Amino acid sequence: MSVKIAEEWVNACSGCEISIVDMGERLLDVLNLVEFVHIPVLMDHKYFGQLGDGSRLNIPEADVGIITGGIRNAEHLEVAEEMRRKCKIIIALGTCATHGGIPALANSWRFDDVMERVYSTETTDKAGFRPADGVPQVLDACLALDEKIKVDVLLPGCPPHPDQVFSALVALLEGRVPELPDKSVCDCCPTLREGKGQLKRLRRFLENPFYKSPDEPLDRMRCLLEQGFLCMGPVTRAGCGGGKVVPRCIAARVPCRGCSGPVRNDGNQLLDMLNALASNGIDIESLPEYTSLLRFSGAHNLLRPSSK
Amino acid sequence: MSRTIHISPITRIEGHASIAIQLDEQGNVSDSKVHFMSLRGFEKFVEGKPAEELPRIVNRICGICPWHHHLASNKAVDRCFGVEPPPAGRKLRELMQTIAHAEDKLLHFFFLAAADFVIGPDSDYSVRNVIGVAKANPELARKVVQMRYMAKMILERFAGKTIHPVAGVAGGFSKPMTEKDRVEFLKQMRELLDFALFTIDFAKTSVFPAYLDAVQSLGVIRTGFIGTVDEKGRLNLFDGKIRLMKPDGSFTDFDPQDYTDYIGEQVMPYSYGKFPYARCWNEGFSLDLDSPRGIYRSNCLARINIADSMATPLAQAELEEFREKFGRPAQATLLYHWARLIEEVYACEHAVELLEDPEITDTNIRTKAEPGAGRGVGCVEAPRGTLIHDYSTDENGLITRANMIVGTTHNLGPINMSVNQSARLLIRDGIVDEGILNRIEMSVRAYDP
Ligand code: SF4
Ligand code: SF4
Ligand code: SF4
Repeated sequence: MSVKIAEEWVNACSGCEISIVDMGERLLDVLNLVEFVHIPVLMDHKYFGQLGDGSRLNIPEADVGIITGGIRNAEHLEVAEEMRRKCKIIIALGTCATHGGIPALANSWRFDDVMERVYSTETTDKAGFRPADGVPQVLDACLALDEKIKVDVLLPGCPPHPDQVFSALVALLEGRVPELPDKSVCDCCPTLREGKGQLKRLRRFLENPFYKSPDEPLDRMRCLLEQGFLCMGPVTRAGCGGGKVVPRCIAARVPCRGCSGPVRNDGNQLLDMLNALASNGIDIESLPEYTSLLRFSGAHNLLRPSSK
Repeated sequence: MSRTIHISPITRIEGHASIAIQLDEQGNVSDSKVHFMSLRGFEKFVEGKPAEELPRIVNRICGICPWHHHLASNKAVDRCFGVEPPPAGRKLRELMQTIAHAEDKLLHFFFLAAADFVIGPDSDYSVRNVIGVAKANPELARKVVQMRYMAKMILERFAGKTIHPVAGVAGGFSKPMTEKDRVEFLKQMRELLDFALFTIDFAKTSVFPAYLDAVQSLGVIRTGFIGTVDEKGRLNLFDGKIRLMKPDGSFTDFDPQDYTDYIGEQVMPYSYGKFPYARCWNEGFSLDLDSPRGIYRSNCLARINIADSMATPLAQAELEEFREKFGRPAQATLLYHWARLIEEVYACEHAVELLEDPEITDTNIRTKAEPGAGRGVGCVEAPRGTLIHDYSTDENGLITRANMIVGTTHNLGPINMSVNQSARLLIRDGIVDEGILNRIEMSVRAYDP
């Protein structure tokens, strides 16, 4: 008997879905083992019946429910609750679902201020009203899924690597709960670390790091943090490199910005990073601003409107 | 008895939207609306962030076209800081963007749209999808998956991250291309070009002919078009002048920096997404089917219409054949599918050209930037249309103001019109079935929103 899967995207960008598709040929093998009963990006199952005449949002029952994105409006909430009712196991896929992700940067403002800007840009004609007809009401903040429904498996990453998605699906097919390593991005990073240096201030990423030649292996390039660039590897959960292990941004010789969320689920990437810098004698005043350090994990009330 | 039909959610598209169709006492369509649900507020929450970080933040606007947001943003930041990438840095950006185009069009045609044509618009929803296509056509499906994966893996191998990329950086690109990589990627892109040619032939012989009637009727509206051209009027996906064409085929070209003089956005009561329109036509805004005002379309059909010619030979031959059949500008909405495959040929040919250029391996790829006060507009053709990022920075190089017009939003008005047109065409006397509702959605899917 095949495993039934329902998939939903709520306050999501579709990148997590594309990461599923990016499993490549493994996707075709997975499709032979599972039965998708609902997945709006690929399949025409409708909420209110196929003729649109139902009165209640309905998603079919499934063994596994995959949800990407956080919860930002009343419809996201309704969909997430229906998924929870109908699925035995709920997976929060991607950092938006687990920690709010980039959209939770909006939590630094009252949503009214966000709306005010969106509907008054230099190209927008003045309207004197806000959209309200047939569109779901927006909630006060952008929430991670587990702030509203019980979640069984958290699989952060923005997006998670296709290898991670594949391993998680294999685990579920084998009746296991997928487990994540409690390691940091640094733990998987091949760059050279020479230990505490003389570094006092950080530079902004406005020039490339130093390495000798285009094909110099990463294990000969000095750690980007030691080169003086902010790198969030120390406070970010490992795994983004998938089977190849090397963190994906480091592979492009670009510092980590923390897209897999904190190493421990309830960690605070901002505080942990500032602590790590300060304890290494680096002046945190050399950072141009701080809220960017919570850019992937601003849900759970970590980013809040400043009282003006 | 009057009633409302809800198509919710619209499926096999990349965003969040639903349709409400209002029927009158006789069961005929009195009104229809397409609700676009997404409201995240990027324009606001990037304020105060270091500008050079924006290409790594705003790519999250869309997981299907993150490269295009990433690179439009990079261009805007370069202008804010007054830096110019070295030629190889610029070419690497363009190569990544071009390959991303090639990959995206395969995704849309085979994974999202094909089921309507290959399995059929009236078939049951449980098989009318890519899984059904794969079961009906396992060999083709494997080939499609392999080809698309190959393109994606070029992006991942070279640039680290394919979804939400990071390798475009202020002043250029983060790493140079080795000769070994160049040779390998060139071979792969030539293979993808062969597959693009196979795909368009396959579509022209085995897919489109059965639907020529539908093409002439479903979702057909009359609008203007927007896209980007080079100095010779040829389509350019990465850079150039924006060309805005009226429904009669006349056009004006303008510098992307001046976009606010040409484009306005309407707030609609039933959509969080705003509806852009041609402010410069001075005719106002109306979605009236018989006399729309200010309405133009974006994405591949628009680009195929606004281009005088294609810059590569095989795509040019395809364009000539298309124009011969459908004229210029072609208005039939389902022709988006055809135009998409012409662009696929172009993107593959152009990627091959870029990889044949020895300068692409030059190691001078990034100009050091200094943060500072400025304003910059960055623009590229994303798969779904002309994409504009416009930032201002303070003396520390932090964002003080941002405006973005996302490719797909140009089509929000036209999508409403096409839905209205197809609903009126197909729903009579209250008779509605799944095939009818799916055909109405097909008039949305063509736009690939
Ligand atoms: S986690 Fe990243 S890829 Fe996934 S939905 Fe959120 S922004 Fe998109
Ligand atoms: S700080 Fe960054 S570059 Fe250094 S080891 Fe950690 S992840 Fe690698
Ligand atoms: S290196 Fe950091 S920012 Fe980059 S993909 Fe990995 S976790 Fe995300």
